[in-house]
Amino acid sequence: MNAIISVTDLTKKFGKFTAVDNISFEVEKGEILAFLGPNGAGKSTTIKMLTTLLPVTAGSILVNGFNVMSQPYDVRKSFGIVFQDPSLDDELTAYENMEFHGVFYGVAAKLRAERIMYLLKLVELWDRKDEPVKNYSGGMKRRLEIARGLIHHPKILFLDEPTLGLDPQTRNHLWEYIVRLNKEEQMTIFFTTHYMEEAEKVANRIAIIDQGKIITQGKVTELKKQTKTKSLEEAFLKLVGHSIRDESASAMDQLRMAKKMWGRR
Amino acid sequence: MGAIYIMWLRQLKRYWRSKSRMFGALGQPILFLLALGFGFGPIFEKAGGGSYINFLAPGVIAMSILFTAMFGGIEIIWDRQFGFLKETLVAPVSRTAIMLGRTLGGATVAFLQGIVVLFICLLIGFRITSFWYLPAALLFMFLISLFFTAFGTAIASNLVDMQAFPLIMNFLVMPIFFLSGALFPLTGLPSALEVITRFNPLAYGVDGLRGALGGVMVFGFGWDFLVLIAVTIAILLIGGWMFTKIEV
Repeated sequence: MNAIISVTDLTKKFGKFTAVDNISFEVEKGEILAFLGPNGAGKSTTIKMLTTLLPVTAGSILVNGFNVMSQPYDVRKSFGIVFQDPSLDDELTAYENMEFHGVFYGVAAKLRAERIMYLLKLVELWDRKDEPVKNYSGGMKRRLEIARGLIHHPKILFLDEPTLGLDPQTRNHLWEYIVRLNKEEQMTIFFTTHYMEEAEKVANRIAIIDQGKIITQGKVTELKKQTKTKSLEEAFLKLVGHSIRDESASAMDQLRMAKKMWGRR
Repeated sequence: MGAIYIMWLRQLKRYWRSKSRMFGALGQPILFLLALGFGFGPIFEKAGGGSYINFLAPGVIAMSILFTAMFGGIEIIWDRQFGFLKETLVAPVSRTAIMLGRTLGGATVAFLQGIVVLFICLLIGFRITSFWYLPAALLFMFLISLFFTAFGTAIASNLVDMQAFPLIMNFLVMPIFFLSGALFPLTGLPSALEVITRFNPLAYGVDGLRGALGGVMVFGFGWDFLVLIAVTIAILLIGGWMFTKIEV
């Protein structure tokens, strides 16, 4: 056993509300783990704690052997991340976004230029590298974000609903890159998604979280056997139920709405 | 160091690329110079104040710096919304460095905007009496830029959306501008008003800038400089601390 992420008795409370309730799990080096759960189950909160963006209330997290609370800089160097919502600077070009990331992660100039070229070619954006990102489509932005997350050669790649809102062609393409990275570089992949067929196809192992607790984890075949169902989607619904979850709109969601209504500044 | 530099460079690139913002921001100072400058000019002269354009120009330069700098700081809210803030916060870079790079970038932008307005003032009829003090004028312009960018950053660190923006404009930025001595001399005011102006950092910036460009001063260079340096250091510390508390 060779765990690259180990989470022990992790709890996160916002005031009286417990978002993540005493969970423990491990991710093996080089595996692809799908972290599934209904809206508001605690997926994003867990990812935020794993990536040092939120302090933990109780418990401990080791990422690549470093503690997220006491060694945040070492942890941050160990992973790349693609967030649920875009995190590019729209006014900068693709190349400048990559350059910015490389400098922020302390990648030396020569190496940085080599890797940026390699990665932009990998995600087929090299020809349009000098265009401002605001001209890019949703799929192109996602590809750029994945490429950006890899400049500093992370050991782990976090993907929070990476394929949300993309067409099937782009989704297939993205997973091809990701699986290739996993195979060729032994990169550990930790992702969340609401598309069960994606998780079934790509992941080596599944963990399902609901109401802040991990209710089950294992291989897809094991989950199907456990629930006596034919597909992961059926297994998922059987485990977490059919009712729709409410998730209060955060200030950030409202702001995003306002942006849609008013258009660009 | 690299992180501070690239953050600074980013702010400059964003400014340079949004031409509409650049020119839009010039409308207000030009309006103030033309409408107020020529409108109040005759009265000001009759009252024995001399050329109103000469009095007003440093105030209008300070105004454009104030608005650009505050907006530059508050822009963090947009970074938060567009998600770019997260990209910077998960990087292995200290938040102090991020905040410093941002603030220096925003301050440079506000400073450049001030230079452009200075040239416009010269075109409209503003005359600098002595060029010996020009470096001092530039120094004061930069201090105003730095202070108000850091001030905007500190405020924006505590906000999650733009809802509070009108509140900040009407209850903070506008009073700071109107009670700074940019439009009228700070001498012979009702005592309550006078006390308020003494607590306004911009009053010292305007005073120093006006003095350096050849106008009449109220506080004197030394005092202006000391107050501005002190409040700038204080706000950088407070803003830096607030920035480390941001959660996304």
